Amino acid sequence: MSGSLSTPRIRAPRSARAGEPVEIRLLIEHPMETGLRQEGGRVVPRDLLNRLVVRVNGEVALQAELRNGTSANPYHVFFLRLDRTSDVEFTWTDERGRSARASARITVA
Amino acid sequence: MSLPRRAVLALVALPFAAAAQEDALAAAIREQVGDAAVEEGGITLRVPVVAENGGQVPITVLVDSPQTAAQHVTAIHLFATRNPTPGIASFRLTPLLARAEVQTRIRLAEDQRIVVLAQMNDGTVRRAAAEIRVTTGGCLS
Repeated sequence: MSGSLSTPRIRAPRSARAGEPVEIRLLIEHPMETGLRQEGGRVVPRDLLNRLVVRVNGEVALQAELRNGTSANPYHVFFLRLDRTSDVEFTWTDERGRSARASARITVA
Repeated sequence: MSLPRRAVLALVALPFAAAAQEDALAAAIREQVGDAAVEEGGITLRVPVVAENGGQVPITVLVDSPQTAAQHVTAIHLFATRNPTPGIASFRLTPLLARAEVQTRIRLAEDQRIVVLAQMNDGTVRRAAAEIRVTTGGCLS
């Protein structure tokens, strides 16, 4: 297992109108190994992303606690309500405390 | 009469396994919402009737709420009833979201019911469930 998490992919608009729902799509490559699966008679070690935090201008907008039943390559879609130009930051963390970050600036007209 | 040993073990173990799964589900639900009364409805749950690939099952949860400071959903919890463990994910929502909606992809080991609970800021809890048939189980075990 490498020392860092993969680079997340984000789909967010560059601009939006105030108050209108802003769709955000997130995907991060990760095996989400449950520690229950066997391969060639050996248990594949548990390796899970357990947290995703979305902040808008530093304030937490959405937090996800991910468990066994979340698919490999976790994918999430949600809708923000922005009333001004905002910096949106996304952070994924695994059970060993490693993290991956990404951000987007959305201009609100 | 000689049933193979494995078959006997399976027959004996099956009811216990099912009961253990129910206990694990009840415990997982209690851990998230305590003993709050749960009412049905107020949630739109979109899932396929049949999932070809249990490893990647799309799910959309939309809770009927204006998602304003005064009235909003604080959490959405997803549970599996027949996976090795019931936990799928919990989402903590705020009024910074335009609506109480989350879309994701989940793993299902076999045919089962998905249970969704939504906690509101007034302390009430809503519930929705859906049956999903799984053609090929997700690689959980």
